[in-house]
Amino acid sequence: MPGFITNYLDKNVHVTPGQYGSPFWALVYILLVFGGVSLAVVCMNWLERKILAHMQVRLGPMRVGPHGLLQPIADAIKLILKEDIVPEGADSFVFLLAPLIILVAGFSVYCVIPFGPTHAITDMNIGILFMLGVSSLGVLGIVMAGWASNSHYPLIGALRSSAQMVSYEVAMGLAVISAVLMTSLNPAGTGTLSMIGIVQAQYAQHTWFIFKFFPLGFIAFFIFAVAMVAETNRAPFDLPEAESELTAGFHTEYSGLRWSLFMLGEYAAMISVSSIAITLWLGGWMRPFPNLLQGPTWDLAFSLFPALTFFGLAAMTFYSTMRMPKHPYFRIQTIGLGAFGGVFVLIALILLIPRVRDGVQDVYWFVAKIAVFLYLYIWYRGTFPRYRFDQLMRVGWKVLLPLGIGVLMATGIMGLRTEIWDFVHRLVHI
Amino acid sequence: MTDPNSSVSHLELEESKKTFLDANELVINMGPQHPATHGVLRVILRLDGEKVMGLECVIGYLHRGVEKIAEHRTYTMFNPYVDRMDYVAAVSNGLGYCEAVEKLLNIEAPPRANYIRVILTELNRLASHQLWLGTHALDIGAMTPLFYTFRDREEILKIFEKYCGARLTTHAFRIGGCQYETYEGFEKDVKKFLTFVAPKIDEYEELLTTNRIWVERTKKVGTISAKDCIALGVTGPVLRASGVKWDLRKAQPYAAYKQFDFEIPTGQNGDTYDRYLVRMAEMRQSLRIIQQAVDAIPEGPIMAKVSKVMKPPVGEIYHSIEAPKGELGYFIVSDGSTQPYRIRVRPPSFVNLQALDLMCRGQLVADVIAVIGTLDIVLGEVDR
Amino acid sequence: MCTGWYTSDMAPVATTFFFYFLSGLAILSGVLVITRKNPVHSALALILTLLSVAGLYLMLYAPFVAGVQIILYVGGIMVLFLFVIMLVNIERSEREKQFNQQWLPGILAACGLGLLFVLIYVKGKALFSQPVITMPETENTQRVGMMLYSNYMFPFEIASLLLLVAIIGAVVMAKKRI
Repeated sequence: MPGFITNYLDKNVHVTPGQYGSPFWALVYILLVFGGVSLAVVCMNWLERKILAHMQVRLGPMRVGPHGLLQPIADAIKLILKEDIVPEGADSFVFLLAPLIILVAGFSVYCVIPFGPTHAITDMNIGILFMLGVSSLGVLGIVMAGWASNSHYPLIGALRSSAQMVSYEVAMGLAVISAVLMTSLNPAGTGTLSMIGIVQAQYAQHTWFIFKFFPLGFIAFFIFAVAMVAETNRAPFDLPEAESELTAGFHTEYSGLRWSLFMLGEYAAMISVSSIAITLWLGGWMRPFPNLLQGPTWDLAFSLFPALTFFGLAAMTFYSTMRMPKHPYFRIQTIGLGAFGGVFVLIALILLIPRVRDGVQDVYWFVAKIAVFLYLYIWYRGTFPRYRFDQLMRVGWKVLLPLGIGVLMATGIMGLRTEIWDFVHRLVHI
Repeated sequence: MTDPNSSVSHLELEESKKTFLDANELVINMGPQHPATHGVLRVILRLDGEKVMGLECVIGYLHRGVEKIAEHRTYTMFNPYVDRMDYVAAVSNGLGYCEAVEKLLNIEAPPRANYIRVILTELNRLASHQLWLGTHALDIGAMTPLFYTFRDREEILKIFEKYCGARLTTHAFRIGGCQYETYEGFEKDVKKFLTFVAPKIDEYEELLTTNRIWVERTKKVGTISAKDCIALGVTGPVLRASGVKWDLRKAQPYAAYKQFDFEIPTGQNGDTYDRYLVRMAEMRQSLRIIQQAVDAIPEGPIMAKVSKVMKPPVGEIYHSIEAPKGELGYFIVSDGSTQPYRIRVRPPSFVNLQALDLMCRGQLVADVIAVIGTLDIVLGEVDR
Repeated sequence: MCTGWYTSDMAPVATTFFFYFLSGLAILSGVLVITRKNPVHSALALILTLLSVAGLYLMLYAPFVAGVQIILYVGGIMVLFLFVIMLVNIERSEREKQFNQQWLPGILAACGLGLLFVLIYVKGKALFSQPVITMPETENTQRVGMMLYSNYMFPFEIASLLLLVAIIGAVVMAKKRI
């Protein structure tokens, strides 16, 4: 094995490849994250259609593969084979560039997302600032797409979304600052913007920030949770692509692969903002109760969760396999579904190997928390009507912004309460 | 569509008042291929940013010349054509036509036929309102109610199918009564449906009525006063939501409606939310009427004595009924032959659509969608 | 599970290359900003300039400034620029005569600015006599925060007041009726 691999492994370093300064390992991590996120987007695509369908008393995709499992692949093939249309009169350079910008912005933020204490491509000193900054680049792509299409619906969609995203970034930023402020509550008094640092601060303070200074942390989290739905243009804030008003908003004129890049970017952005929320308020990669339930017994118990999850998935798959129609027409699908369950069992068995078990722990908890958020996204979409543009702006500027400022100030006061108390004490005793 | 002399000013009039600031006015062509125009309605929107400065409806994309066809068909042959106008409430269309011709022939349908007519028409009203609710909610962004309402509408269509073999364009009634006797277990099916659907209506209300976003999207949107409604000839739930207690089932009772006890739900503000509430209440009232009709359905013949070749006396007649969307009227001129000299239909959707410009002016683009949805238009009926 | 704080002492890779690459990109896109006739293309080139300048900040161990550059200029201000440009009738502006024909005042202004830069470079060592403080990258943001809220508190507050006045002024000017 070449030296740069063994060195990194032997050292058992507690840093990310970016900090370790190894381009090779950084590349490996980048490929892993890129592949993982793409896979997650494919799974999310299938899950969203199935979950939404079951919420709406229908079945969703059922034809392509058992329970429509191969539907995302069929869709991908369809989209790739479709003609790439550039409308007449469109600014073709900007038109072709726009989806790429959205994609790059959507995926760049994964540079700093910590899936575990060392499972990140790199850890930046300005991690959270970088994430907010780069994810705000996505709006550029939307604006460019809307303008370059040379069509009215995309233009209105782009105007809406740029106004919407810029507005909600303000509230989002305030909520983030209040969480960053909480990281500075240590003896040294210095906070951090680093994503890994924020999670470690939560570990050090023995609480997730959502429960810190209850209800302040919760309100900040709530502001962020609302703003992040608006940032990703999802229901009920999906005005830029409101299909009943603007047909498809900024991507009305796009087709085939370029359209799918927009979708990929949107889902990637959904995952990335969810991971910001998780890192800032929900303890990042930490398992529940890392301080309270300490010790080897608890460690072992919690480390069994990944394998149990996959066993559960396998059980669900086998149950569905048994319920498949017995008609010979469905034989291949039944075998396929059974094989799928087999794969789950295999993964679960691999996850039981002690070294793997300990290695994937952090990633597992992080992904599990992301899954909760993604489910919420789907749930919102099934439940809520769409906001109107002026109402959306009102919620952003008149509700979330004052609330954010209030929470920020209250957090500051709570953080300095002993100092303030001392000051008042001294005033009284003068 | 709009009358230049009325208070509803015409788009051209605004042209002269244009200033430098209006240079960025955006003209958007919504439809005829658009997901939220309920078919092939084309709306030319004039926008200032997101605000609607005015709009013009372009209709006729679904024009089939139904009224002209009537002049070359006998009275009986024309009966199935009326189903193709408001295809989501085909039973009501048929009822209106049959009653108009019966009035012209001076005959009356037997009581049992009238009861069957009421049951089917009210079931159809329910189906029409369910379809309206689903699409209206979908336009405003709530996806889920659409699937709930379609699931429950299916049960109504099943009853229709069992009764006359067709689901949508039913052709259920004949001039002089009904063609078919009810099938065995008809009453049982209807009663089963009533107990099935009552909690489902609560379910729709649970999803929407108190939903904050829904209320914000519909309250004070597309408001129209009772005066404007009457001036424009708007009828049906839109008129009742503006506070006018006018329902032809009570005002000029036809079929067997005199025998039933039901309320006319009305609103006060005439906005989209009130229209929503009025239609929801109407669904419940329909259930009440159906329940009473099924309980008291008399025995007897279902067809009056009608000659095979209908030759109504020379004359003209106007008869209107309360269709799910408003007043549906038939004006028939007879020259004494087997074919009508002229038939003119007064479709509620066509007349209600006139109010669109008035209701949308000064609102936002998103409200246009909500208002089109709340008017509950069916383009087959608008264009005929 | 918890790894504790760490310090990074990794050496930057290919500094010279990145410096010239980013500088070249900034200059090239800067030239594009003033030569493109289509304002949207100009704005996009300006975004590229700002991004490469952000890269240069990173190379100067100032990650905070780089982050703020991206989040404010690229994500905020340039979006508003594009927002406005999109509403302008571009076909007309392309047909109209460009008014960047005043090359003589332009050259004079550029020379004056260049002279200023040279002057600062020559005299600067006397003005800022302190040696350049090198601080580790990991502490940069914290230091900026400390400085802003201690030594430079007053200018910071003045700047925020100025911005507040600007916001109110913009609202008053844009809104006909308050």
